[in-house]
Amino acid sequence: MAQDASPKKPPAELPIITARTDSRDLLAKARQQAIQRGLDKYFIVDVDAHIGEGSCWPDVLKYIENPATREAAFSFGDGTGQNAFLNDTPGLQWQSAHGRITHGAGLKEPATDKTVPRPVDLSRKCMDMLGLDAQVFFPNGLLFLGMHPVPEMEIELSLAYNRWIVEEILPHEPRMKAMLYLPFNTPAAAEETVKRFRGAKGVVGFLITSTRHIPVHSNQYMRLYSMLEESGLPLGFHAHHNWHSDYTRQLNRFLSMHALSFTFSNMVHLTNWVINGLPERFPKLKVMWIESGLAWLAFLAQRLDNEYLMRVSEAPLLKKLPSDYIREMYYTLQPLETSNMKLTEATFDVIKADTQLLYASDWPHWDFDVPARLFDLPFLDDNARRNILGLNAAKVFGMEVPAKYRNEG
Amino acid sequence: MKELFVCNEGDIAEGGRKVVAEDGVEIGVFRVGGAIVAWRNHCPHQGGPVCQGRTMKRVEERLTDSKQSLGIHYVEGSLNVVCPWHGYEFDVRTGRHVGHDAMKLASVAVKNRDGAIYVVVS
Ligand code: FES
Repeated sequence: MAQDASPKKPPAELPIITARTDSRDLLAKARQQAIQRGLDKYFIVDVDAHIGEGSCWPDVLKYIENPATREAAFSFGDGTGQNAFLNDTPGLQWQSAHGRITHGAGLKEPATDKTVPRPVDLSRKCMDMLGLDAQVFFPNGLLFLGMHPVPEMEIELSLAYNRWIVEEILPHEPRMKAMLYLPFNTPAAAEETVKRFRGAKGVVGFLITSTRHIPVHSNQYMRLYSMLEESGLPLGFHAHHNWHSDYTRQLNRFLSMHALSFTFSNMVHLTNWVINGLPERFPKLKVMWIESGLAWLAFLAQRLDNEYLMRVSEAPLLKKLPSDYIREMYYTLQPLETSNMKLTEATFDVIKADTQLLYASDWPHWDFDVPARLFDLPFLDDNARRNILGLNAAKVFGMEVPAKYRNEG
Repeated sequence: MKELFVCNEGDIAEGGRKVVAEDGVEIGVFRVGGAIVAWRNHCPHQGGPVCQGRTMKRVEERLTDSKQSLGIHYVEGSLNVVCPWHGYEFDVRTGRHVGHDAMKLASVAVKNRDGAIYVVVS
């Protein structure tokens, strides 16, 4: 056995990861994977990332259009406006698994490029390491806004946020894209959001946070869906948790609550969406279900089919099985469950993953997925992998795929 | 096969570690219970930099004789390393995931030559 030629010269040492580690160090292995897997030959779109806006919140507040609310916002946080008016629940602070996953509590690294807003700097670093061509980002802080006890806050804060993204973030980096927040509890305000921002540069869709309690099939939303259908832009339902419902309050671990709550919100909305025949009413509206993982879909498709066939009189708008509608909608991958690969494969089949599934990282959350995961699914061929990594997103969002990728396939 | 010098024995304190890289191979070298052990810096989950994560004591849920929970507590003398990407947690002594025995870090042979620590890399 050969000994090192210069035995006393120690090799390069790698740093211990802390909350302040630069994301290029934290994601160094993702870059290695990208090289090993040849990921740079794939067009990759990350449909869901949450690059932190926390420290930028006071910048967001400047876009509140009502001066009374705007000034009131800066009475929070000792006059800084930090976290003003947000109805965040402690749940997000549990993301680090009690300090074990250091980035789970938000990226704390110093800025690398101080000439751009921090989210742009962080997003660029992530995109470069993961080999992404585009990243759709969405704010953490607004994920609870649908449950805000002050109804006008959803309207005023989301408008400020949408403006901040469109006016202050997206112009810096063409790879950054956004699905903008719809203040869904007030349908007229949601319609106004679509009117105002459709066509804005970098805006690729609109999004409803799923933690809320107004049924998606309420008649008051039909005009909104019509407008979205006409715009050609997708409508996403972004899951989130709720540790305060009568059911989830019984769950004593974040693990349990997160596992159920993230799927439950989208299960309720998707069930209402299908059983009330919304795919028949708006056949061209592209609907996407975000951040619930995939395992719930195999259950729901079969469960709804089973009940539908016995009680068809309750769902007369449907012209086919609920599972047929399910396989016509879109889903984001993360968090991809793989402890039983047979179930994963069956789930991919249930949702017709090769055309309906879109890669999402959820970076920098604690359960993020790297693109290389698509290479660890033995049942997936390269064509499907290429679609899921980026080509499906290109179709849904109307993105141009650069010629260098088109020649690869 | 090649032996790679890491450091002198005294350079790693009890419960401490060094994570080194050479020719694309990354190895975490730990001292636990007086012994030196080494694992590949590659998490079986998504390939994350497991050896660069936090080291912490294992936790256990203590029960009374009548099986009532007394809550979650540290296990004294234990040492886990937590993958910083998603929190998979491995016993530094055995390299095994603490909640799923079948999942294990890849081990690396360690040689102590007169107080100089080497790892065997292929
Ligand atoms: S890669 Fe280590 S926990 Fe996921």
